[in-house]
Parts: sequence; structure tokens; C-alpha cells
Amino acid sequence: MAKPMEQYTWKEIPIGCVVAEPGNAREYKTGDWKSQKPVVDTAKCIKCGVCWVFCPDAAIAKNEEGYYLANLNYCKGCGICARECWTGCIAMVEEEK
Amino acid sequence: MKLERVGMEVSIAAAEAVKMANVDCIAAYPITPQTHIVEHISELVANGELDAEFIPVESEHSALSVCAGTSAVGARTYTATSSQGLALMHEILFIVSGMRLPIVMSVANRALSAPLSIWNDHSDVMASRDCGWIQIFTENGQEVFDHSICTFKIAEDPRVLMPTIINLDGFTLSHVVEPLKIETQELVDGFLPPYKPLYALHPDKPLTMGAFGMPEIYTEAKKALDVALRDSYRVILEVWKEWGDLTGRHYRPMESYRMEGSKIALLTMGSFGEVAMEAVDRMREKGIAVGLLKLRLWRPFPFEVIRQLTQGLEVLVVMDRALSTGGVGGPVCSEIRSALYQQSKRPKVISFIAGLGGRDMPPEQFEDMIQQALKMKRKRQVEEFTMIGIRE
Repeated sequence: MAKPMEQYTWKEIPIGCVVAEPGNAREYKTGDWKSQKPVVDTAKCIKCGVCWVFCPDAAIAKNEEGYYLANLNYCKGCGICARECWTGCIAMVEEEK
Repeated sequence: MKLERVGMEVSIAAAEAVKMANVDCIAAYPITPQTHIVEHISELVANGELDAEFIPVESEHSALSVCAGTSAVGARTYTATSSQGLALMHEILFIVSGMRLPIVMSVANRALSAPLSIWNDHSDVMASRDCGWIQIFTENGQEVFDHSICTFKIAEDPRVLMPTIINLDGFTLSHVVEPLKIETQELVDGFLPPYKPLYALHPDKPLTMGAFGMPEIYTEAKKALDVALRDSYRVILEVWKEWGDLTGRHYRPMESYRMEGSKIALLTMGSFGEVAMEAVDRMREKGIAVGLLKLRLWRPFPFEVIRQLTQGLEVLVVMDRALSTGGVGGPVCSEIRSALYQQSKRPKVISFIAGLGGRDMPPEQFEDMIQQALKMKRKRQVEEFTMIGIRE
């Protein structure tokens, strides 16, 4: 999207509300829906990637050091990764602002 | 070249027109009294006369959903239905207009159940009044043939891109053999260009159709749709003019008949207009200065034309063929009243509900309506609405 949704006038909306720009869902940050965020204790993490397999929102990605971490712009804090983690290295922590 | 008239069932003529419009895809489910239209199209596809995909489906909900898909990939798409079928499509009607897919659909108008009725009135399409489609009413078989071609040109115009309903009265029109002028393929080809979609689903150029709209954007989207439907008006007039210049048959949003010197007028929609003409002739012979207005274009609603053509009238009798139960009575009358309300001088607008569920309306009953309306005006007691011919 060229600009945030709330700035579009009715004349600027594409005919039939077509989204002609593929992949722009990534610009829509849904991470603020969560009340808890996953925090990884890298000392206990064995880089197995089971959290990456189970994340229902594909919000987890491998970083340069090989750790699997959630992108908090998209993570909704469901806690599935923490529950499935073999070593118990993921803690769900209250989000504070 | 002078065209000879040929005797043809109106449903068959509609199907032949759709063939001449060279549609790419038809998805439909049979329902009385629309059946003959798609039945004949399926024969034309099966015997190779029409090179198109005919997709039989298990319901009307699926029929219009398939049409949405084929229209979204850029195919010229047609379907037809009636009554319960249109009701089952209801959800998809709004999706199609919101997505601006220029599907053309014939509705052979039929009453809604219960009680179950296969016969003609306008309660099916009136229940879908606000679906955002262009809606045209036809009066005879020739109009059905002509509009079955014109509507593709209107709907697919890049300035319009709106789905369109052609209403034809079930049985009264759909099953009647009429003498018709079937235009040549050459004329139709010259008139109707191939459909060039603005957006089409294709793997080479991914795009999203039918995405959700957050509260920040929904109102803007609805405003854009409303303006688009209203703006289709001038293209409709343009296309009708071009068709009229080619064939000699000119169409207007509202037709008037013997309105000269009239203080009283009757307003109808659909095939009853022809019976009303007969009634007007009889009343004129008796010295009652009655005229007739026939509303062809239902959406976009032609406010200005209605205001112009009702100027100087004292009484306007609106005949509705549907009942807004527990509400205003006649849906057409309610809109006519709205259109005239802000006028400083306006006629008394008197509402009659007639011809429900296939009830016949002979010319005498039109005369009765006029007499009752004049009495109401004299007594200064205008009823909200009256159901004509009801047994008390």
C-alpha cells in the first residue's frame, strides 16, 4: 500500500477494491493483538526448530546464529511455541508498554 | 437490410441473444420459469453453436459463485434465475457488485414462497433491490432480446463495470411466443466489442480480489460503489442510443404514453405496461385524460426523469407488483414518493399493489384503480396503499 488505509479517499480506492500489489499483507502489522510475547533463553535452546514448525502464523524465522526467534510485528502471542519447545527454553512474558 | 419478424418463444430469444453476444461462460441451475433460457443455451453449447463453458451446478448460490470466478478471470459471463433461486443467490449478489464483476443475469420474475407460487410478480427482485446491480425491466419479447445484448455492452464498459439484471416477467413474457426481430450476427459483432477486463486473475500478475475492508475503508468502498452505479446512467443512455440508431428501437429510462394533457397518470413496470396502454386507450375514449408512465430503469433510479415526466400531474397512480410486508406497501411507489417529496409542486401519489403471485390484471382493473384514486383525491383521504381486487 502506498499509504496507510485511513488516508484513502473514496475516489482513490481501486475499482472493486482490488489489491493489485501482491504480498502487501506484510505491511499490515498484526503483532499488537498479543498480550504475551515469547522470550527465548538461548542458553537452553538447542536450535531444533520445533517452534518454527508449530508456529501457526509463520512468525518465527531463523536468525544468523541459527536461533529461531519470533518476529514480534506478526507474533500474536498464542504460546504454542512455548508449549511445544522440547527444552522449555521459551517463556511467555506479559507485554508491557 | 429489412429484417422479417420471426415467431419465437421469448426465453429462446433471450438465449439466442446471449449466443450472439458470444459469452464465454454460463453457470446456472434450472428453476421455473427461467428454465427454458439456460436449457436452450446448454443445447447451443452442446451442439457446438456457441463456443463457451456451460457449468451446471448444484444450486443458485453456486451458480453465481462460479460466475464470480469466471468473470474475475476476464470471461464474459451470463446466468439466469427466478424467485427462490435469486433469493439463494442473495449473498453473492452483493459480493459481485462490490467486486465490480460485470456479470449479466436474466431474472424471469416470479413470486416468493410461502405460499409456494411459480407465477409472476416482482417480489423476487424487490427483495434484492439494494444489491448494487444495474436493474432493467422489460415489457415485451423484443425488449428482452435487445437488452440481452445491450446489457453486456453497458456492464462491461470500463466506465461502468457493474453487474446487470434484466427482469422479464415469468410466463407472461418468458413462455410466450412473440413476433421478434432477431438482429444479424454481423450487427451484434459491430455493436458489442470483446470484453477487456481492467483486472483479471492470472498467475503471471498476482492480485487480490474480494479482500476484507477494515472500518477505516469500508465506508469509502460503499461510497465508491454508489457513485459508480449512479454514474453508469450516462453510459446506459449512450448504449441505448447506439442500439436505437442501429435498429430503430430506442429505449429510455422511463417511457411515456398518451401523457399529453394528462392530469392523471398510471405508472407501471414490466409486461403489465401493455395492458395498461389498452386501459388508457379505453379511458381516453371515455374522456378521462389519463396517461401512462412505464419505468424501465430501476437501478440506477432515474430521479430527474421521474421529476420531469410527472410535472403538472395532479394524481399519479403507482402500481406495484410486490408487497413490502408491514412497511410501505409498494416498494416502487415508496421510491417515487421519495423522488417527488422535495418538489414544491407534486402530484398526489397513490399506491396500489396488484398482480401478486400471477393474479391477472385485465384492463378494467386498471380503470378501477384510476377511479378509486380519483375518489381518494376528492375525499382528501389517500390510503397508505391499497391491494387491488382483494376479496374482503
